[in-house]
Amino acid sequence: MAYVAIADRDHEHELHDPHTFITKYVWSQDHKVIAIQYSLTAIFVGVIALLLSGMMRLQLAFPDSFSFIAPQDYYQFVTIHGMIMVIYLLTALFLGGFGNYLIPLMCGSRDMVFPFMNMLSYWVYLLSVIILLTSFFVPGGPTGAGWTLYPPQAVMQGTPGSSWGIILMLVSLGVFIVAFTMGGLNYVTTVLQARCKGMTLMRMPLSVWGIFIATILGLLAFPALLVSAIMMTLDATIGTSFFMPAVLEAGMQNDHEGGSPILFQHLFWFFGHPEVYIVALPAFGLVSDILACHARKNIFGYRQMVWAIVAIGGLSFIVWAHHMYVSGMDPYFGFFFATTTLIIAVPTAIKVYNWVLTLYEGDIHLRVPMLFCIGFIFTFIHGGLTGLFLGNVVVDLPLSDTYFVVGHFHMVMGVSPVLVVFAAIYHWYPKITGKMYNETMGKWHFWFTFLGAYSIYLPMHYLGILGVPRRYFSYGPTEFIPESAQAMNVGITYSALFVAAAQILFFVNMFMSLRGKKSDPNPWGATTLEWRTPQHPPKHGNWGPSLPTVYRWAYDYSVPGAAKDFISQDEPAAPGAEGFDPEHPNG
Amino acid sequence: MFVAIVVVLLVIGSLIFHFASPWWFTPIASNWNMIDTTVDITFWVTGIVFVLLNLFLAWCVLNFRHKKGRKAHYEPENKKLEIWLTGITTVGVVAMLAPGLIVWGDVVTVPDDAMEVEAVGQQWHWTFRYPGNDGDFGDVDPRLISVANPFGMDPDDPAGADDVLVYSPEMHLPIDRPVKVLLRSKDVLHNFAVPQFRTKMDLVPGMVTYQWFIPTVEGSYEIMCEELCGMAHHTMRGEVVVEQQADFEDWLGSYPTYAEVLARAEPDAEAGKMSYMACAACHGQNGEGNPALNAPKLTGLDSWYLKRQLQHYKSGVRGSDPADALGMQMRGMAMTLVNEAAIDNVVAYIGTLPDVPVVATIEGNVDRGRDLYQTCVNCHGAQGQGIWAMNAPRAAGMSDWYTANQLRNFRDGLRGANPDDRYGRQMAQMAQMLNEEAEINDLVAYMNTLGQTQLADANAGRRFE
Repeated sequence: MAYVAIADRDHEHELHDPHTFITKYVWSQDHKVIAIQYSLTAIFVGVIALLLSGMMRLQLAFPDSFSFIAPQDYYQFVTIHGMIMVIYLLTALFLGGFGNYLIPLMCGSRDMVFPFMNMLSYWVYLLSVIILLTSFFVPGGPTGAGWTLYPPQAVMQGTPGSSWGIILMLVSLGVFIVAFTMGGLNYVTTVLQARCKGMTLMRMPLSVWGIFIATILGLLAFPALLVSAIMMTLDATIGTSFFMPAVLEAGMQNDHEGGSPILFQHLFWFFGHPEVYIVALPAFGLVSDILACHARKNIFGYRQMVWAIVAIGGLSFIVWAHHMYVSGMDPYFGFFFATTTLIIAVPTAIKVYNWVLTLYEGDIHLRVPMLFCIGFIFTFIHGGLTGLFLGNVVVDLPLSDTYFVVGHFHMVMGVSPVLVVFAAIYHWYPKITGKMYNETMGKWHFWFTFLGAYSIYLPMHYLGILGVPRRYFSYGPTEFIPESAQAMNVGITYSALFVAAAQILFFVNMFMSLRGKKSDPNPWGATTLEWRTPQHPPKHGNWGPSLPTVYRWAYDYSVPGAAKDFISQDEPAAPGAEGFDPEHPNG
Repeated sequence: MFVAIVVVLLVIGSLIFHFASPWWFTPIASNWNMIDTTVDITFWVTGIVFVLLNLFLAWCVLNFRHKKGRKAHYEPENKKLEIWLTGITTVGVVAMLAPGLIVWGDVVTVPDDAMEVEAVGQQWHWTFRYPGNDGDFGDVDPRLISVANPFGMDPDDPAGADDVLVYSPEMHLPIDRPVKVLLRSKDVLHNFAVPQFRTKMDLVPGMVTYQWFIPTVEGSYEIMCEELCGMAHHTMRGEVVVEQQADFEDWLGSYPTYAEVLARAEPDAEAGKMSYMACAACHGQNGEGNPALNAPKLTGLDSWYLKRQLQHYKSGVRGSDPADALGMQMRGMAMTLVNEAAIDNVVAYIGTLPDVPVVATIEGNVDRGRDLYQTCVNCHGAQGQGIWAMNAPRAAGMSDWYTANQLRNFRDGLRGANPDDRYGRQMAQMAQMLNEEAEINDLVAYMNTLGQTQLADANAGRRFE
């Protein structure tokens, strides 16, 4: 039997509207509800991670002043802060949150292809979060091995949480990966199989492209983390020696022989580097759509943007060992990985040019989402350029393991994606809630967050150039570190606490606005399908009786000859206002 | 409009910060000037891009912000511009990568005439080994590591006999001579980094890694561990002293070779008994201590620890600070031990004395003490029994008033402040966490609860080398 596309079988599809509160909001199979569940959970753990970073900053500014921050506590805060931010917040929020909400709506689908599995994905994710948080309450507390969990120390005495904490961490990661896989298969299948009529791949909004490629990266990269988590669990519990060589543990010979700690690092970073792009690519996609919409201009170089996303995704699998230049691996690998790493700068730079060129000759509305996008471009330029230092093997040598690294990765995969998260939440808030947020409060939130964050991370780079190592509980008397560096640490801490407190504005705005004034179904005049749902906010099934049909790409803003300054994707061609179609670029 | 101005101000501010802030590389003390050059090139290329892109961004926002009647220009693609931008970016990347790879070629090529030194990392100390006259290191095996053989030397390998063993976190190097530092770890990952030399490399248990450089400036530099290695990672410091060849040779000659370590005479406890008569006046006939005379209990202490402290007193590392009157008193007594053998002998005699339980004199909040002790446990052991491999002496079952005094001394800089007291310095850093008087009492009160019988077991067979 010949294959019939899902969009052409819509009439066979019976929608079972949920009727009870439980099926509607708790055991929901609706991608929009699941997206909100994912997002709220991710933001909740994100706040915990933010509080942990506040504790770290207190210790760094005022060493040994707080009896609740001993060295072991500090390293536990460092570890759990990093792990939550990278995995349980950003990965979950971009893919489980935005991926879930936007893919079916932007592709013109009724829902994800496997709604039940989608629901399961969230609940398993929640389980992984609970396991992670449980580790705060077990003997010894959570692991303090650093978010990279390097063996042998992760499972040896001398590291906080080396008995219970590390096992719970590894189990939680395993459970998270199960959740991610169920969600991820859904996102990929939905993008490939459930797009509505006319929505060709080259007409998809860049948000979907970013999330789609990021999900593929995740499906290929997370298994490396899963096997290394399993192998380390076996090393720690039944005494295998995958990563454990014969060493001394608290002065006693251990029972292992011949394991390779560097093998773990290869596996970890084979996951860990694509992970950077699992977070970055959705951010790239979302920011492209928000920029185009609020600049009332087509995204510049759409096809190049798509291919850049694909190229970055592909290259991200052959650069992992740039995290390991000083790990003790064969130093000759440095030539290869420095080259691949700097090559990846080219498509990344092209994306930045195209964002700025999208603003060029635009009609820029400086609303809150646009401000966050501009903030993102600035911090991403900064973070991207410092990446060229660390990617170039010999330049990395003096900077590796210093605060330069901390400054770099927070700028590029902390501040930048988070600014996009805020841009996206403000941009889609009217769609998700049907209400409009408070613009003034949003602007203050932007200014405090953007300027505050820059004042945290810019100086950190210079501490690193000075040679101040990262992951130090305190510096004690160290000859080459001047007093002024400690003064800077105090300043950074004040900025960090200020930025953390400023987030209250965001939460107040989000909650208060739920009772605020109703929003228009398409307040920004956006072209993409999610703004064309028959109900506002969209109901279960998204599209009412029939699916939309797409006639154009997602960037027909300010088309010459058109009546309005945007043409929605599902509006048929109008004579005299022919837009560009990446499907038929030459007309 | 405001945002455009802010972006411009941020660019200017970043440049001012870059040029005006006092934080820059430490003055270089090795041959790796080329590394600094590649950093400079990278700063120029990325700096120009940073300024141009952000100024263009600000200009766009300023110029094309929404006004009534403005319409955006519809331009989906511009092939020519896109090709140009890709080309220019590629040129910039090559300008950074090419010199980087050339210098990396030097970094991975160790000169044939480089002298070899081995830096051994362990939680949370450094020790060093020099290959001796034959230029070859003897085999080592982590399974052979013990109190008597902390390097894990293989006694059957003749190449090891002339290896010079420096069991101290201090390494010396001759100036202007290429050196290849072989890196070995006994337990977890560590990293050997000297900011003034610019290079660094991880130590990986189970394998030997390396780095090379030529020290070019005389002086002493701090070795930082820059790979997270457990909860005392930040206290894992060492020192490298760069000096003239002759000074280096003198220094190296002051350390024993492995053969000399093996040939050392067994200490003579009988001879030590004679010397101990002087100690007995304060510390008691059986080394049980006497609080009235401020003399702590000695029995039950590991011999390596007693020996190190006696040496410290003798050389003035301990007991030279006028603020530490009791320490000065002890220093005078330690001077009567004429040489290393005399110290060994008296330590051996103390080892023959019975370990009698002490009477607790300090009370405090045991629960809070238990929490505080979590910071101490990794070195001093769950029972406070001390762990030789961590260079951590027994902490429980000793004179508690003395322990409390020493914690205070460590915290307040009366002990561990001397730069040559390398292990004391670590403890001083740790003692900073005791910021209330009551915390010291709580901690010591908890240590008083650690079982003495278990203590005796834990130390059985350990006390004597």
